Amino acid sequence: MPLLDVRDLRTSFFLERGEARAVDGVSFSLDAGRVLGLVGESGCGKSVTALSLLRLVAPPGRIVGGEVWLDGRNLLALDESEMRHVRGTGIAMIFQEPMTSLNPVFTVGSQIAEAVRLHRPVSRRAAWDRAVELLDEVGIADASRRAHAYPHQLSGGMRQRVMIAMAISCEPRVLVADEPTTALDVTIQAEILALLRGLRERHGMALVLITHDLGVVAEEADALAIMYAGRIVERGSVLDVFDRPLHPYTQALFRSIPGIGGRRERLEAIPGQVPDLLRLPSGCSFRDRCPLVIDDCAAIVPPLAEKAPAHEAACIRA
Amino acid sequence: MKPPNDGTPLVEARDVRKEFVLGGGFLARARGRVHAVDGVSLAIAPGETLGLVGESGSGKSTLGRLLLRLIEPTAGDVLFGGRSLLGLPAAGLRALRREMQIVFQDPYGSLNPRMRVASIVGEGLAIHRIGTRAERRARVAELLDLVGLPPEAADRYPHEFSGGQRQRIGIARALAVGPRFIVADEAVSALDVSIQAQILNLLQELRQKLGLTMLFIAHDLRIIEHLSDRVAVMYQGRIVELAPRDEIYSNARHPYTRALLSAVPNPDPRRRKERMTLGGDAPSPVQPPSGCAFHPRCPHAEEVCRTVTPPLVTGRDAHAVACHVFPAEPPGKE
Repeated sequence: MPLLDVRDLRTSFFLERGEARAVDGVSFSLDAGRVLGLVGESGCGKSVTALSLLRLVAPPGRIVGGEVWLDGRNLLALDESEMRHVRGTGIAMIFQEPMTSLNPVFTVGSQIAEAVRLHRPVSRRAAWDRAVELLDEVGIADASRRAHAYPHQLSGGMRQRVMIAMAISCEPRVLVADEPTTALDVTIQAEILALLRGLRERHGMALVLITHDLGVVAEEADALAIMYAGRIVERGSVLDVFDRPLHPYTQALFRSIPGIGGRRERLEAIPGQVPDLLRLPSGCSFRDRCPLVIDDCAAIVPPLAEKAPAHEAACIRA
Repeated sequence: MKPPNDGTPLVEARDVRKEFVLGGGFLARARGRVHAVDGVSLAIAPGETLGLVGESGSGKSTLGRLLLRLIEPTAGDVLFGGRSLLGLPAAGLRALRREMQIVFQDPYGSLNPRMRVASIVGEGLAIHRIGTRAERRARVAELLDLVGLPPEAADRYPHEFSGGQRQRIGIARALAVGPRFIVADEAVSALDVSIQAQILNLLQELRQKLGLTMLFIAHDLRIIEHLSDRVAVMYQGRIVELAPRDEIYSNARHPYTRALLSAVPNPDPRRRKERMTLGGDAPSPVQPPSGCAFHPRCPHAEEVCRTVTPPLVTGRDAHAVACHVFPAEPPGKE
């Protein structure tokens, strides 16, 4: 049995203009110690998927269907107090911009200690000691002094380390990282990715790595799920997807990025715009930007189907 | 792409410096000076695209604005077509403004939401009193077509467009007055990858069609590689390495450049690499380290690096490096 098993997850935003199906039937599973790269562009639903796993979707958004099984329990069926316990010990999350998730008026040490005391019956002193230990584990030099710092006194890279320390404070089984390095400089990004790799290896944590950067998943992920307009359009091992992308969107994404497949005079851009969830075309959502489109694409929403061993795509042309 | 020619550079910076004074504000903790740009000299040939890469706080955007004289340097000189921008009277500077324009990163924040696209794109023409009203209208239509927007776009407002389309509007605005030199400051960084490629292709087409000279500022080395003839690497207000593109990407010498290149994720899952990580964050620009600003993070730092700031020295293959330990290779050995 996989550690995390997401089945037909659906989350919608109920707007004046209508229902935006931000996550529209997403399924994936993940074993302990493994990394799933969830890849897509803005508005594809990757961040809402992450928030849904932790049941942190705020109105007007609401989870409207599906199951999220973690260690044999369906998180979507738990009551709120049970879910609070699962957040932190079962599944935890780090965000792109750590400044918005840290409280500016408390020291970073006290914020981590509080997270520890939320789940463990330990003294303040012990929680503080644990906070210092965690700061040390995430590679913050001089942790006992830095624990007294306020978030604004730290650099972006250090704040992300603090966020990671807080997220792993109760040793979650699954860590969800939403664009954890996008706001950081490239040299700092490399260090944060190395840190996540080390933590994973030491604690056997599974990682859902959400990113728009195919370079990052090429380095870090075991399996990939490519999202477009609220759905997973391709899923497979990182090697299979990079060797032979099946969905026309995945193929186009690879061709549009400089530095993949050698130096080229011209990039192959994907025509059109990133889709508006309230104005999706009928049938396949990608069809109005797709070079392989045929009449049948307008008729049915293609299901995710196995096109090669353990390699699925949602496309009638693949 | 055009190779740099041997004639007069179109744009030249001579030991240009910019200090910002900190403090005096409501919540200010400390007063101090930031040497945002700390003695930069470079020249961009007509038709050339110079890529300028650096991390946040390296001074790359400040340098771009100094070259356009959108901000005043503290010291040094900036020349355009061989003429100093600094001594120019207001009228002369205004005339030169037609020659040089900027495209910003944020296509949301840099367009006035209350103006129609026709007014945004045509504003520069009106300011410079170019053409009659009807001629300006025709020129706007021509510009929209040039950047791949439909003619109806002229009568709409910025919020009606997506990020990529807004960046096209920003490019049309920059091109309206017929500039020869464009500073593109992180012009594609805020865009989704599928849209990024559209805008990169557009910039490339326009450069060829209009013979533009460009300073392309970005933090993404893959994008810099795609577009640049030469590449300058900036760290803490200084150029630490400057060379033709292939030299930078296959023969980088400065340890900072090599760390940057090593940190770029390799888009090939079969060749996962052990990255060279620097350790430590970029130093505070208020209290820069003595000597070479990179020495506290440099794995190769020697005693001299702590005390003497290495000058940027050009060696063979037009490859310039500012490093005591890995200096440019002398020109004689070719």
